[in-house]
Amino acid sequence: MGLVLSGILYVTLIVFALGLLRRIVRYASTPAPLKIPTTPAPTTRSGVVFRLGREVVFFESLFKASKWTWLFGWLFHAGLFFVLLCHLRYFTEPVWGWVALIAPFSPYAGIMMLVGLAGLLSRRFLVDRVRYISAPSDFLMLIFLMAIAGSGLAMRYGLHADIVQVKQFALGLFSFDFGYLAFNPVLVIHLLLVAVLLLIFPFSKLLHAPGLFFSPSRNQVDNPRERRHIARWAKPFDATRSEKYRG
Amino acid sequence: MAKPPEFDIPEAGDYIFTPPVMPDAMSHSQPYVAKDVHQEAIGFPGELIDNWQQVAVDKLGELTKKYRGLQVYLDSCVKCGACTDKCHYFLGTGDPKNMPVARQDLLRKVYRRYYTLPGKYFPKLVGAEDLTEEVLDDWYKYYHQCSQCRRCSVYCPYGIDTAEVSMAAREIMDTVGKGQKYCNEIIGKVHKIGNNLGLPEPALADTLEGLEEDVLEDDGVPVKFPLNVKGADILLVTPSADFFAEPHIDGLIGYAKVFHQAGLSWTVSSHASEAANFGLFIGSYENMQKVAVRIREAALELGVKRIVFGECGHAWRVGYSFLNTLAGPFDFLDPNYPVPQHIVEVTHDLMQQGRIKLDPEANDDKRVTFHDSCNVARASRMGSKAGGQFTLPREIIKASCNHFYDMRADTIGEATFCCGGGGGLLTDDLIELRTKGALPRMQALKELNDQHQITHMAAICAICKSQFAKVLPYYGFEMDQIISVHQLVGDALVMDTEH
Repeated sequence: MGLVLSGILYVTLIVFALGLLRRIVRYASTPAPLKIPTTPAPTTRSGVVFRLGREVVFFESLFKASKWTWLFGWLFHAGLFFVLLCHLRYFTEPVWGWVALIAPFSPYAGIMMLVGLAGLLSRRFLVDRVRYISAPSDFLMLIFLMAIAGSGLAMRYGLHADIVQVKQFALGLFSFDFGYLAFNPVLVIHLLLVAVLLLIFPFSKLLHAPGLFFSPSRNQVDNPRERRHIARWAKPFDATRSEKYRG
Repeated sequence: MAKPPEFDIPEAGDYIFTPPVMPDAMSHSQPYVAKDVHQEAIGFPGELIDNWQQVAVDKLGELTKKYRGLQVYLDSCVKCGACTDKCHYFLGTGDPKNMPVARQDLLRKVYRRYYTLPGKYFPKLVGAEDLTEEVLDDWYKYYHQCSQCRRCSVYCPYGIDTAEVSMAAREIMDTVGKGQKYCNEIIGKVHKIGNNLGLPEPALADTLEGLEEDVLEDDGVPVKFPLNVKGADILLVTPSADFFAEPHIDGLIGYAKVFHQAGLSWTVSSHASEAANFGLFIGSYENMQKVAVRIREAALELGVKRIVFGECGHAWRVGYSFLNTLAGPFDFLDPNYPVPQHIVEVTHDLMQQGRIKLDPEANDDKRVTFHDSCNVARASRMGSKAGGQFTLPREIIKASCNHFYDMRADTIGEATFCCGGGGGLLTDDLIELRTKGALPRMQALKELNDQHQITHMAAICAICKSQFAKVLPYYGFEMDQIISVHQLVGDALVMDTEH
């Protein structure tokens, strides 16, 4: 049991890491030939870091756009972030102090995730504009994430997994020491769903996570008059060949 | 007034209303397709080529490798819906393909089909589709219902800019021989004659001379309108509409008066007698650069020290954001001034230095509001601080007239609504789209008008001015209620006859 799951998790982690890396390399190496920040935009590098920070932490643009989508989206992401931090307790020995401190609040964050996801899903059904733009995969993605959060919460409330054993298993993943894992259907579902999520991450809209950092409309400094910006492929067309006009 | 159009003009209500989704409400709207002469003049095939599917798919792949924005935007959309009620064409028509995300999806579904794993193996699941004739038709219709105003990009949590997607789609269509007549014919004229109107040098000289006579007659001041003057300090690059169209021409008179009063030497160039650069609209770097380089050539030829742009929205985007890239470096110009400068920046500086004086009482008969033009608002800047593109024009308007009122906050500044005619759509074959797309701006104007009896809306964009002159009457306003910012400045400017 533990061995099979370990194998699946290794494969998915490798696909996830390599797939994501390939995408990030692609984004980083594709030139942005023109300055296209959505203005007003910061005029300094540190201003851009601040702008991106507000997008990542507060979803600033989404807040301007739609308060409901913002609320549900933010609840889900903030809950997910908190839950992920709490999961560090399965991977650290001894458990880091602050992780131990926040861990008891994990279920509330899990409920935040579910509430957010349910809100986002209901928008896909209820708002005619959002329904129109939703593909089957857009519904499935939300249901899928709800299943991950739900299975996690189920183990907290009722269908308990053997936590000590789970932790041995998780730590074993790092030392290639494959521990025994008793068969717990909820845990298996939880882990398999996470594995599938990691697999599809580099090939799906989940790429919005790295994408934001490479979005020229958000990450460019507004200084085109002060600094000449020119892409590699545009250099052959450089304008200085009109010097015959210099009078 | 023009003859009544053959479609229902929406009524401007009390507030901006998000319509229900009405599929295919605008599926009949498309501009004239470019003829072979227009296509070939700017380097594209004359008609739809035989293997267009393959060429289009390849071009899409090429563009994702050339433009990081396009690549990231095609990958990153999560279909959250934040943009769905932000486009003026959706608000005015209810056609769901005018929702920014749906417009992007027309290209994205093809990208997914040919360039992503899930799209190759599970197309139905992720909404991927083959590039068929129907899809190409949709591209042609709906990428010509986008004015590339970037309003959606303000609200997208990832900054996805539909303008970039629509430019890429238009470039792909040009590449396979299905271009838009309006834009491509105009770009050809700029390459050949120097401006969008095809106004040759003698006609331009005549026009400018006529303006000198008009101003002398009206104001008794010998304001000059110089053409091709070598050794002038400032090269003025302005939209050619400024030379003959109303209300644009009053703006040009305003710039000339400012230069005259401040004692600045300036000239227009017949070689670069056009600020507009429609190469932007069709997403063609090569064409955009070719048009932009004329400005460098004119500056070198005339030996000027500064370049100043007149009132033109997308031209200011190309000028401010791209000119240095496309036609720089401008190391041969006076380093004390940014290259290029906007006429609003010039006037604002002169005002602050006390080198010109404005008497707002001259415009006491007017109650004015200001329309932020999309390319100025969301794709450029004025002055040294972020947001100067909003404050500088308002400061000079307020210095020029005593009665200024802003429209609702969510319809100005970075949230401004497009006039409905930007992005290469200012053509009569799209008049229904233009009229309906103006609805959100007209609603905001009506709301303000109900409170403050607005007499004039000022703008700093040639396209906005032409568009509003056309569509204002459909909404119960007069066509001459749209004016140039520099008309206000010109009228308020205290002139002395000493010079």
